[in-house]
Amino acid sequence: MSGSPFLEAMTRVPDLLAAHLLLAASALILGLIISLPLAIWSARRPGVARVALGFASLVQTIPSLALLALFYPLLLFLSGLVGGGIPALGFLPSLLALTLYALLPILRNGVTGLTGLDPAVIEAADGVGMTAWQKLRLVEAPLVAPVLMAGIRTAAVWTIGAATLSTTVGQPSLGDMIFAGLQTQNWALVLAGCLSAAALALAVDALLGVIEHGIAARKRMRAFVAAGVLLVGVLVALAPALPRSDETITVGAKGFGEQYILARLIGHRLERAGYHVQYREGLGSVVVFGALKSGAIDVYVDYSGTIWTNEMQRSDIPARPAMVAAIGAWTQKTSGVRLLGALGFENAYAFAMRGADAKAKGIGSLDDLVSAAPRLKLGSDLEFLERPEWAAIKRAYPLNFAAANAYNPTFMYRALESGQADVISAFSSDGRIAAQHLTVLTDPRGAIPGYDAILMVAPGRAKDAKLIAALQPLVGRIPVDAMRAANYRVDRDDEKDSPEAAARWLEKKVGL
Amino acid sequence: MLPSHDIGPAVTFDGVTKRYGGGVIAVDGVTVAIAGGSFVALVGSSGSGKSTLLKMINRLIEPSEGVVRIGAEAVSAATPYALRRRIGYVFQNIGLFPHMTVAENIAIGLRLAGEKARQPRVTELLDLVDLPQAFAARMPDALSGGQRQRVGVARALATAPGLLLLDEPFGALDPVTRDQLGTAIRALHDQLGLTTIMVTHDMAEALILADRVLVMDCGQIVADATPKALLAGEGGAVADALVAVPREQARRMRELAG
Repeated sequence: MSGSPFLEAMTRVPDLLAAHLLLAASALILGLIISLPLAIWSARRPGVARVALGFASLVQTIPSLALLALFYPLLLFLSGLVGGGIPALGFLPSLLALTLYALLPILRNGVTGLTGLDPAVIEAADGVGMTAWQKLRLVEAPLVAPVLMAGIRTAAVWTIGAATLSTTVGQPSLGDMIFAGLQTQNWALVLAGCLSAAALALAVDALLGVIEHGIAARKRMRAFVAAGVLLVGVLVALAPALPRSDETITVGAKGFGEQYILARLIGHRLERAGYHVQYREGLGSVVVFGALKSGAIDVYVDYSGTIWTNEMQRSDIPARPAMVAAIGAWTQKTSGVRLLGALGFENAYAFAMRGADAKAKGIGSLDDLVSAAPRLKLGSDLEFLERPEWAAIKRAYPLNFAAANAYNPTFMYRALESGQADVISAFSSDGRIAAQHLTVLTDPRGAIPGYDAILMVAPGRAKDAKLIAALQPLVGRIPVDAMRAANYRVDRDDEKDSPEAAARWLEKKVGL
Repeated sequence: MLPSHDIGPAVTFDGVTKRYGGGVIAVDGVTVAIAGGSFVALVGSSGSGKSTLLKMINRLIEPSEGVVRIGAEAVSAATPYALRRRIGYVFQNIGLFPHMTVAENIAIGLRLAGEKARQPRVTELLDLVDLPQAFAARMPDALSGGQRQRVGVARALATAPGLLLLDEPFGALDPVTRDQLGTAIRALHDQLGLTTIMVTHDMAEALILADRVLVMDCGQIVADATPKALLAGEGGAVADALVAVPREQARRMRELAG
C-alpha cells in the first residue's frame, strides 16, 4: 500500500460513519419517543418522576460497554422464550442499550423544564379554556423547548460516543476502526475512527444547537433548515443500508491481529469468487459463535479448544484431530453450523517466559513453574483468568502466583518484556514468541486442550456450494510458522503491516 | 364595535362548600345570588375563602358540595374548558404567555375558538384597554406591570364574555396604576354590560368600584350590603373592622390637610 496510512484509514470511514449515524439517530429517536411522554407523565406525578428518573440514573451508572454486553444474554433469553427470532447481536442490542443511555438527559431536562414553568402561566392557560392537549402544544411545549433541546443535545453527544462500543456486539460503527486499530497498534486507524466520531458528534450537536436557538429566538426558518440538514444526513446514511444483495458475505473476526489477517484472507478468496464482502471485526469471543449461529456473520475462524470448553462445556482432552471431528459433528447437530476444516496451525494458550529468565530460574515446563510461581507475577489477556482452560490448568498444576494482572494482548507482551510480568498466557501462533526470544513452557500433564484454527460457516450458507468451493482450499493450508510470521508483520513495532497487507503476504507465502 | 349583548348572566351559589384534606374548610355552605349586570366585590382577609369561592365559578376549583349556576345552567354541565371560554378571568399574577406577542396573547381565546380573522379584534381591544397599537408586536417582558395587566384584561374580554372574574387583579401594582386600572375596569363593566365579580382584600377599592360588597370570614359570607350601607355601619362586626381602616385613613388625611 502506498500513500499515508491515515488517508488509507479514512477510506473506511464513509460506510462506518453511515452505520454509526443510523444507529445513533435511531437510538435518539427511540429515546425521544419513550422519554417525552414519560417526562410529561413525570411532571404531573411526582411518584412517577421518582421512579423514572431513578431508573434512568441507575442505567447511567452501568458502564456502557457492560450495558451493551448485558443485552446479549437478555435478548438470547427473550428469544428463547418466544421460540427464537430475536437477534441477540448487532443492531438490536446496540439500539436498546444506546436508547437507555439517551433517556436520562432528555427525561431530566423535560421534567425540570415542565415543573419549573411559572404557575401563573399555567393558571392563565387553564383560565382561557385550553384543553390539556392545547396547553401542552401552545404553552408548555414551546416554553420547555429550549431546556429540552439542551437535554437532547447531551443525549445526542453521549449516544454518538457510546455507539463506538457497539462494535463489540457485532454492530458496525466507527468503533470498528478504533478497536481494530488498538489491537493491531495501527494508530492511524484509531485516530481516523476517533476523529470521525468526534466530528460527527460536534456536527450533530451544532445543528441541534441551531435548532435550539432558532426556537428560543422565534426564528423558525433557522430551526427548520438545521432540522432539514440533519434529516438529509440520516437519509444519505440510509442509502447504502437498503440494497444488501444475497451475494454479500459477512466475514467475522475476534479482536486480535491473527483474526483480522484471517478475515482478510477469507475475504480475498470470496471476492475472487465474485462475492461482495463486508467485515465484522472485533467481536468478543463469546458473542462471535452466537453471531455465526444467527447468521449475523457468515464465516469466521475459531479455535477448537474454545468451542470445546466454552460452547460444549467439555473438560476431557482428546487428541487434536479427534477433537476437531467431534466439534464438527456437534455444531452440525445442534445448530447447523458447518465446520469446514482445520486451517493447519494451532493457536493454543501457551505459558511463556523471558528466555534468559527461564534459563536462569531453570524453568522449562509447567511442572517446574509450580514451585517458582509464588515469587512470580502472571500477565494474562483480558479473558484468560475467567476461562475454563485456566481452571483446568490449575487443577493439573497448583499454580499460585504472587500477582495476576490482565492486559490487552499487545500490552501483555510489553509487560513481560518490561518485567511487570514474569509469565504470560501467550498464544502459540504469536510471532512475538520468536521475536522476543520467549521460552514456551511445556505441558507434561496435557492439561491444555488443542486449539486448531477451524473454519466455521453459518447454517444458512452451509450448503452454498460456490461458497464452500471458494473456501475449501484454505483447509490444511496454513502452517504455524507462516501464521506466526504473518502475525508478527502486524504486531511488530517498526514497519508494521496492515492486516490487509499481511494477508496478501501470507497468500503469497502459502501459494493461495 | 364590540359584539354587543344585553347584560351579563346571573351567578348563584347554592349550598356551596369546599373542604380540603385534613379538615380544612375553605368555603362553608355559601348560598348567595348575584344579579346579572352587577359589579360585586368579595372582600375578606387572607384565608377567608373569597378566592376559592370565585374559582369555583370557572371550575379552577371544584366544590365538595353544592351547585354553582351561571344563569340557569350548573357550571358542572359543560366541560371545564368549554365553560372557561365563556368567562373572562383576570388574576393577580397575570400569567401572560411569555413566548407570545401582546397581540397573540390577546387573541388566544379567539384562536382556541377557531376564529381566523383575529387582527381587527386585537386592534379594538388595545383601544378598549387604552394601550397604543404599537404594543401589538411587543413581547410581554417589554411591558410595565400595569401595561401587562391591561393586556391581561384585554385577553379576558377578547371573546366578549358576559361574565368577568377578577382575582386580586391589582394586587401587584403601584397605587397610581391600581387606581387607573380600577377606574378603567369599572368603565368597561358599564360599557359592556358585564357581570363582574372581583376578589380583593382592599375594602376601599371594593367600596369605590362595586355595587354590592360581600364580606367573607372563615368560609362564610358575614356581610352582604351596598357600599353605602357598609359605610353606615350596617354590615356587622367583621365588615365594620374592614371598613374602619380606610375610614380612619381618610379622617387622618383630612386632618393633615387642615
